[in-house]
Amino acid sequence: MGETITFWVLAVVSVGAALGMVFSRKAVYSALMLGTVMLCLAVLYAVQDAPFLAAVQIIVYTGAIMMLFLFVLMLVGVDSSDSFVETLKGQRFWAIIAGLGFLALIVLAIGNVIFAPETGLAAATQGGGYIRSIALLLFTKYVFAFEITSALLITAALAAMVLAHREQLTEKKTQKDLSRARFLGDRPSPLPGPGTYARNNAIDMPALLPDGSVAESSVNRYIARYDVEHDHLPEDPKLAEAIKHTAEDDKAPTEAERDAESNEVTK
Amino acid sequence: MTTQYLVLSGLLFAIGAIGVLVRRNAIVVFMCVELMLNACNLAFVTFSRQVGNLEGQIIAFFVMVVAAAEVVVGLAIIVTIFRTRRSASVDDANLLKY
Repeated sequence: MGETITFWVLAVVSVGAALGMVFSRKAVYSALMLGTVMLCLAVLYAVQDAPFLAAVQIIVYTGAIMMLFLFVLMLVGVDSSDSFVETLKGQRFWAIIAGLGFLALIVLAIGNVIFAPETGLAAATQGGGYIRSIALLLFTKYVFAFEITSALLITAALAAMVLAHREQLTEKKTQKDLSRARFLGDRPSPLPGPGTYARNNAIDMPALLPDGSVAESSVNRYIARYDVEHDHLPEDPKLAEAIKHTAEDDKAPTEAERDAESNEVTK
Repeated sequence: MTTQYLVLSGLLFAIGAIGVLVRRNAIVVFMCVELMLNACNLAFVTFSRQVGNLEGQIIAFFVMVVAAAEVVVGLAIIVTIFRTRRSASVDDANLLKY
């Protein structure tokens, strides 16, 4: 009885989360939904006499793989939402039809089978308990596959390093070069801080200069763009104008900036 | 209960397959592949209990290991594509070279 209740609750949650994963527009939501599905499946494994797999599922899937997904999402850009342009005409429609047809095939096939009562793992785990039986199987019958797995993992780690490596094309700038470039440029000093202490206690408020004019360079351009897009502009028209101006400057980053950003992304 | 578990597994697999076909963001497509692998694992574990044999759980364990390796390489490829194309959309990756 307990298993039935657990199953139905988790089945509803996991199918709902899976649907949410496929149909949510933001990739981070998809990642969190996938984490939910994986946790539900971990509990289902535990219910089905597979506590070892439940632990591995939580440690490997929700612990390692989901974190990797989130890392890459943050690297690639959280706001990279899907485009709704269809490259192939009617592809979405036919994809859903195909998926539902596939589901119908599976469900019909399973529904036609009459299963014998579950054997259970009692007989299989007789010789010394569950963990011992798993270990016995893993290190005797499947020991070769287990060894091959280590080769696979080493290859994967190596491949990730090779793929993510970026060749340094220009010479690395030393502190001396950076300092020289700074003093030859327009502004040897650091940029002014935002107006945290001027009139508002927020970092998206531009600072005021001693003569009362607005220091545009004191607002981070990403924050300015966010403010413009979400309509969080301050009431003071002078400040609002400055934020809009900063945000517009951000719209067209120069080639050099874009390169610098891509360098940052890959670091 | 075996039938219910298998239907749930098939349902999750189908949702993952629809996601792979429908979504354009390479990372989300990858997540859907992971969902399909998870659904297969559920079927393995269910059958393991049904026939009273631990080998199903061993196979599910190997599937998890292979999935971990696959995710590492796949995400590295996605990062590489993003670096050259400035986009994680599968539609933009339409050339084998450059």
